[in-house]
Amino acid sequence: MIKFTELSGVVAPLNRANVDTDLIIPKQFMKSIRRSGFGPNLFDELRYLNEGRPGEDCSARPLNPDFALNQARYHGAAILLARENFGCGSSREHAVWALNDYGIRCVIAPSYADIFFNNCFKNGVLPIVLNADLVDRLFDEVYATQGYRLHIDLQEQQIFSLQGEPIQFDVEPRRKHNLLGGIDEIGDTLQYSEAIRAFEQTWRQQSPWLFNTKERQQ
Amino acid sequence: MAGMTLYDKLWQSHLVDQRDDGSALIYIDRHLIHEVTSPQAFEGLRMANREPWRRDCNIAVPDHNVPTRPYERRAGIAGISDPLSRLQVQTLGDNCREFNIVEIQIDDRRQGVVHVVGPEQGATLPGMAVVCGDSHSCTHGAFGALALGIGTSEVEHVLATQCLSQEKMRNMLVRVDGHLQKGVTAKDLVLAIIGKIGTAGGTGFAIEFGGQVVRDMSMEGRMTLCNMSIEAGARMGMVGVDDTTLNYVKGRPYAPRGAVWDAAVTAWRQLTSDIDAKFDTVIQLRGEDIKPQVTWGTSPEMVLPIDASLPLPRDVEDEAQRDALEGALNYMGLEPGTAIVDIRPDKIFIGSCTNARIEDLRSAAAIVKGRHIAPSIKLAMVVPGSGEVKRQAESEGLDEVFTAAGMEWREPGCSMCLAMNADRLAPGEHCASTSNRNFESRQGFGGRTHLVSPAMAAAAAVTGHFVDVRDWEAS
Repeated sequence: MIKFTELSGVVAPLNRANVDTDLIIPKQFMKSIRRSGFGPNLFDELRYLNEGRPGEDCSARPLNPDFALNQARYHGAAILLARENFGCGSSREHAVWALNDYGIRCVIAPSYADIFFNNCFKNGVLPIVLNADLVDRLFDEVYATQGYRLHIDLQEQQIFSLQGEPIQFDVEPRRKHNLLGGIDEIGDTLQYSEAIRAFEQTWRQQSPWLFNTKERQQ
Repeated sequence: MAGMTLYDKLWQSHLVDQRDDGSALIYIDRHLIHEVTSPQAFEGLRMANREPWRRDCNIAVPDHNVPTRPYERRAGIAGISDPLSRLQVQTLGDNCREFNIVEIQIDDRRQGVVHVVGPEQGATLPGMAVVCGDSHSCTHGAFGALALGIGTSEVEHVLATQCLSQEKMRNMLVRVDGHLQKGVTAKDLVLAIIGKIGTAGGTGFAIEFGGQVVRDMSMEGRMTLCNMSIEAGARMGMVGVDDTTLNYVKGRPYAPRGAVWDAAVTAWRQLTSDIDAKFDTVIQLRGEDIKPQVTWGTSPEMVLPIDASLPLPRDVEDEAQRDALEGALNYMGLEPGTAIVDIRPDKIFIGSCTNARIEDLRSAAAIVKGRHIAPSIKLAMVVPGSGEVKRQAESEGLDEVFTAAGMEWREPGCSMCLAMNADRLAPGEHCASTSNRNFESRQGFGGRTHLVSPAMAAAAAVTGHFVDVRDWEAS
């Protein structure tokens, strides 16, 4: 997995609650069998004025000038500032792949949907939860300042801006550890192989109906 | 010590390792796989030279991309006209062969939407931990199972380790007392619950549905209810085991038999919340208060009873909420204050993992029987949830009821719930849909979705506008 330690970057605002994963990456792009290449279609329906098709060259498509990521001041954004319940809906990890592929490595919002939140950590993307008042303040600062940037330090769990005190944020210890180290979670879990086998043996004795279902079917 | 909730019990029984940092490893009994969220997971296994931990727990079925027109389906995979969709379904088959995983293929008589097929085959059993790379995996919680949707990285993790790394959720009880009115269904109930708690109301919770209304509900109804837990923000929804559960499971192909069945039943009888169980949050509703529901906006929480009118932005004080309301009305092309009964759908979709089981089709057929869809309806399609549902419906003559009414009878798949196949709305079209999400462009670019029950969708097909099915006279 990609490490996340520190990040400095331009902040782009997405001032809308309940942004769903259909909006982050529409379904026609989920037909890909790869993990990469989703960036040009991130927020496809907000970003372009016409309907997007898989595999099409997006550079010739008409852009929606009102959408933040299309505005020069937010070019190259690496941090997305968002509202409540970001990433709700479908479990598609393609949403996080699209953010990552575009170059967004950190989202800041008051709350997230559970599956999206979880998917972020599997892909080196840090979703930060801040209270709604702090998010409001950041929105004000982003709108007020051209080229507004933040610096995120995961080890210290702090967000630094040019003005004001650093903002502290929470992150679950295991998720933090995995992001900082770029840990291969499967390799990590396989270190528990003995415990898994021991559990499995007991579980099989207690609940034999949960095993060998394939044989039973035949 | 307080008693345990159903979720507490399921969690406890699947706990492989509780770590000091609060995270845990839980064991997975059943892994369902479909073609959209699995290719990258199999590719990950290949790249790392890893094998599935336990092959017999995996069952795959293609559903999202499959065509529903009979002439396309007759050709199997070759009949999928979109090359990307075809490749994805082909890739699922290739991966299942390579890793020796059971696949219910596109032309198999059991094929259908994964969340319909699993329970129907008895592949979902009480007390299981069930996962699938699909947010509607919460459907399987209806069986007293720990069931949740996962991302593709977790699909790979489950394949390789048989475990999932999780933090324990909090417990929420949604208790529905009394009885539902005639014509009011599990779909109306779950939409009303989402209307009450919001699409983030269940975030961080495992929801258990209880109370007399849920006890009286069929397994089909309970699956509809649990299916939309995710639209309330909860990754898991569940119902305790009772006779209804056991009667549904008994005799299904993957269900245990004989002495093993008897032992299983003894264990499954424990799968209810203890009487003194402690929930972190309790939501209460009365069944009698629930009316048929219709969503009018672009989030499932934008829902109203059939006799209501659309909200007026000027009545909303909070600026962000007013903006969201105006944005939704604008997208939907609806004037503030419009009566729900004056909304006129262009298309009708009866299908999806929410509402494409036999009971759903029966309730829609009862409404359209002896009637015809309104001239203003451009297309009304009925997409059964699986091949088994399709054959059952045909044996009852439901297909003829639908086609005589001017509706199309299709082959099973996810279809226009998310429009990954050719079934979709054109820009600006309104659809009365029995699916689960009314997000912008969900059913096709610029499409406008109204989520309703199968009976409400069928009634709207006949009249050309939404109508209260409680007033409907059977013909």
